[in-house]
Amino acid sequence: MLNAKIPSGPLENKWADYKGHCKLVNPANKRKLEVIVVGTGLAGASAAASLGELGYKVKAFCFQDSPRRAHSIAAQGGINAAKNYQNDGDSVFRLFYDTIKGGDYRAREANVHRLAEVSTNIIDQCVAQGVPFAREYGGLLSNRSFGGTQVQRTFYAAGQTGQQLLIGAYQALERQVALGNVTMYSRHEMLEVVTIDGKARGIIARDLVNGQLERHFGHAVLLCSGGYGNVFYLSTNAMGSNVTAAWKAHKKGAAFANPCFTQIHPTCIPVSGDHQSKLTLMSESLRNDGRIWVPKKQNDTRKATDIPEEERDYYLERRYPAFGNLVPRDVASRAAKERCDAGYGVGSSKQAVYLDYADAILRYGKIEAGKQGKSNLPESDIIALGKEVVKAKYGNLFDMYEKITGENPYEVPMRIYPAVHYTMGGLWVDYELQTTVPGLYALGEANFSDHGANRLGASALMQGLADGYFVIPYTLGNNLADEIYNKAIETSHPAFEEAEKAVSDRIHQLMNIKGKQSVESFHKRLGKIMWDKCGMARNKEGLEQAIREIQALKKEFWSDVRIPGEINEMNTELDKANRVADFIELGELMCVDALNRNESCGGHFREEYQTPEGEALRDDAGFMYVSAWELKGEHQWQLHQEPLNYEVIKPTQRNYK
Amino acid sequence: MEHYHMNLNLKVWRQKNSKTKGDFKTYQVKNISSEMSFLEMFDVLNEQLITEGEEPVAFDHDCREGICGMCSMYINGKPHGPWQANTTCQLHMRAFKDGDTIVVEPWRANAFPVIKDLTVDRSSFDRIIQAGGYISVNTGNAVDGNALPINKDNADNSFAAAMCIGCGACVAACKNSSAMLFLSAKVSHLALLPQGEPERKSRVMNMVAQMDKEGFGACTNTGACEATCPKEISLTNIARLNSEYLSASLSADK
Repeated sequence: MLNAKIPSGPLENKWADYKGHCKLVNPANKRKLEVIVVGTGLAGASAAASLGELGYKVKAFCFQDSPRRAHSIAAQGGINAAKNYQNDGDSVFRLFYDTIKGGDYRAREANVHRLAEVSTNIIDQCVAQGVPFAREYGGLLSNRSFGGTQVQRTFYAAGQTGQQLLIGAYQALERQVALGNVTMYSRHEMLEVVTIDGKARGIIARDLVNGQLERHFGHAVLLCSGGYGNVFYLSTNAMGSNVTAAWKAHKKGAAFANPCFTQIHPTCIPVSGDHQSKLTLMSESLRNDGRIWVPKKQNDTRKATDIPEEERDYYLERRYPAFGNLVPRDVASRAAKERCDAGYGVGSSKQAVYLDYADAILRYGKIEAGKQGKSNLPESDIIALGKEVVKAKYGNLFDMYEKITGENPYEVPMRIYPAVHYTMGGLWVDYELQTTVPGLYALGEANFSDHGANRLGASALMQGLADGYFVIPYTLGNNLADEIYNKAIETSHPAFEEAEKAVSDRIHQLMNIKGKQSVESFHKRLGKIMWDKCGMARNKEGLEQAIREIQALKKEFWSDVRIPGEINEMNTELDKANRVADFIELGELMCVDALNRNESCGGHFREEYQTPEGEALRDDAGFMYVSAWELKGEHQWQLHQEPLNYEVIKPTQRNYK
Repeated sequence: MEHYHMNLNLKVWRQKNSKTKGDFKTYQVKNISSEMSFLEMFDVLNEQLITEGEEPVAFDHDCREGICGMCSMYINGKPHGPWQANTTCQLHMRAFKDGDTIVVEPWRANAFPVIKDLTVDRSSFDRIIQAGGYISVNTGNAVDGNALPINKDNADNSFAAAMCIGCGACVAACKNSSAMLFLSAKVSHLALLPQGEPERKSRVMNMVAQMDKEGFGACTNTGACEATCPKEISLTNIARLNSEYLSASLSADK
């Protein structure tokens, strides 16, 4: 079932060879070929714009009121690229190596090498579009460091890199809309994939303003619908982020790969109460300068500023001297959980650690005083100077922290705790980004391909744009070249009729339950099961229990959910119910996958498999494969394994010490 | 920071759809924590309405971290509520006290018709961007990112303008429902960069024409937009827009 279609030849030549030999579609034929793009984040907007530029007839869909709102916009820290502008030893190979190692040796070499290769084109493209990256006084681009690397390769625009990159892609997309090459459908949600003779040929979408179902044909369908972190209810994802498009594809035969690989981000603002609807990330870039610590004494109730230096445990610096506060996310998250579970947590919930800027403020203040030629300044003046520097670098993040918590992070250390952030798993795709359903593609976070078991910081933006700008224009053409004889299929075709009826029946079924419990309450309960039993640490017993609980929750949902309002009007509860129903089914598969993988790797930490020091213990002999799950029936999946062959890199235990 | 709980009266605009007439409905919510966000307080209200068998209030929101620009409530006579440089989703309940009455309306502007309750249609902003808010460069055409150094001040000012989240608070705050702050932010963002130079004149002319076509009002330099903008986009951008427009209008070659 799984053919990854990895080109032969040496690793560094694969992509060049592919591009040199793939089939092309001539301009006249491109005008006759229709492509559907679901989702308008970095992957979707860049794909829709690039394909529109090439001359394909593109239809793009998003559930938000404008394509500019997709959740890529919230990415803060930056985007990696192997430019080596800092002359610090970076190269395509190093970016490739860091990404494979960061992913704990569970990603495909060929895909990741291609990603590293095109990373440099992304920066050039974005600059040409007018993305206002941070610059030095000489006018050249500025870089900073991120976790899991020892070079400075991260490009950024203050703490709003995702926003600026998305606006770049959005502008390119709107330009194609203006030129008539792309038709934009906002406030639309894809609710079914239409397949004809085994190929994806279109979608059923619901207009979220009037509730009407619409049929849309495409010679190919691209899912760029993001990740599924909201299965945990509380995550850093946007409220609307969902798995529905990917899950519909899975139900139509697309294999779902490595669903249990979820990334828990170490630096988020801790939960403040039961009312919490989402969690907010504090960018990884803060770990550049901030130091993470907890008190050395258990249940220490003193204020942070009252705890003297020698009574603080800078546990990341202690455990991982080589990388210190810049260890990869999975390592940093587990270390925070370990300290809190052991009783060293801080704040009222005790589920938090400190991220402290006092040292950085003093250090920057001294540098600034030196620059201004001022010696013998009192410490308070040095601190004031340092605060200005920190404000220029991270001001918007500090402001955000203060708005949410009511505390001033320039004066007291921030409290942070890990939270669900990103999902490395997703639809299985081959080298061409095609799923196991011909004609159906998955790009960006929606696919599984590049980050293995753990994604490095500043790599999600890179992958989304790589897929959309630089990969899909080639790989889609290679397949559409065979479609030039196939005319657009009328949407009166029975397959469309059947698909629309299935969607309509499901919506009516949901509305007719008329039970007692709200959609939100089910979502919260699902999230709690997932976080407790399939979160930062998992074990066999817990996972088996979680599967039973989720199956029971599904029954309860389908017999007792209450959705007010009508079908044929704007109905936000119905929109949510459609999504939560899919999250429940996905949650079960995630636990099934986590249960199957009897090893610890990256974000997947099985308590039974750890080294004496508490590090993840991989089992390369038993599990060096991608788990691709095929749906066989309710609660039934078949596992297909794609072996991972490391031809260039030799997998070892990750060592950040 | 002291935490507390409060009971509130909410006067919320309810409107079934774009064709019907809306009006205010009054609701009570109890035991609201000062640590909640404003939208979390609305989540509580909506759960309450669902339990009572009523339809929940429809409102736009997505990222809930102040960056996507989707949330859009007019709270006690101010877009995004009482805090400076803030979005509705980042407004927290410690801004209110026990017993307060809070009035919540949608953005009001002819160019932003109400879809339902507090949800409005802001697609006019997308059409303004379509009129020229981009640099015409196809994928693959780019030169090396460092081939063209950009003066740091220009890059920083361009970024400051590009921070606009397209929420429309500037329009909602303006007595004329003018979209000048939004438009000027986009024009400034691109005009300050060398990459934006080739289309500088046509861009400003076409975008202004589209803004007028959408039915936004005229600018009288009152500054309510700047005062309410969650990203503190400066009025300087409007001055720059006017100068760009004037020089483009006077220029023989477009």
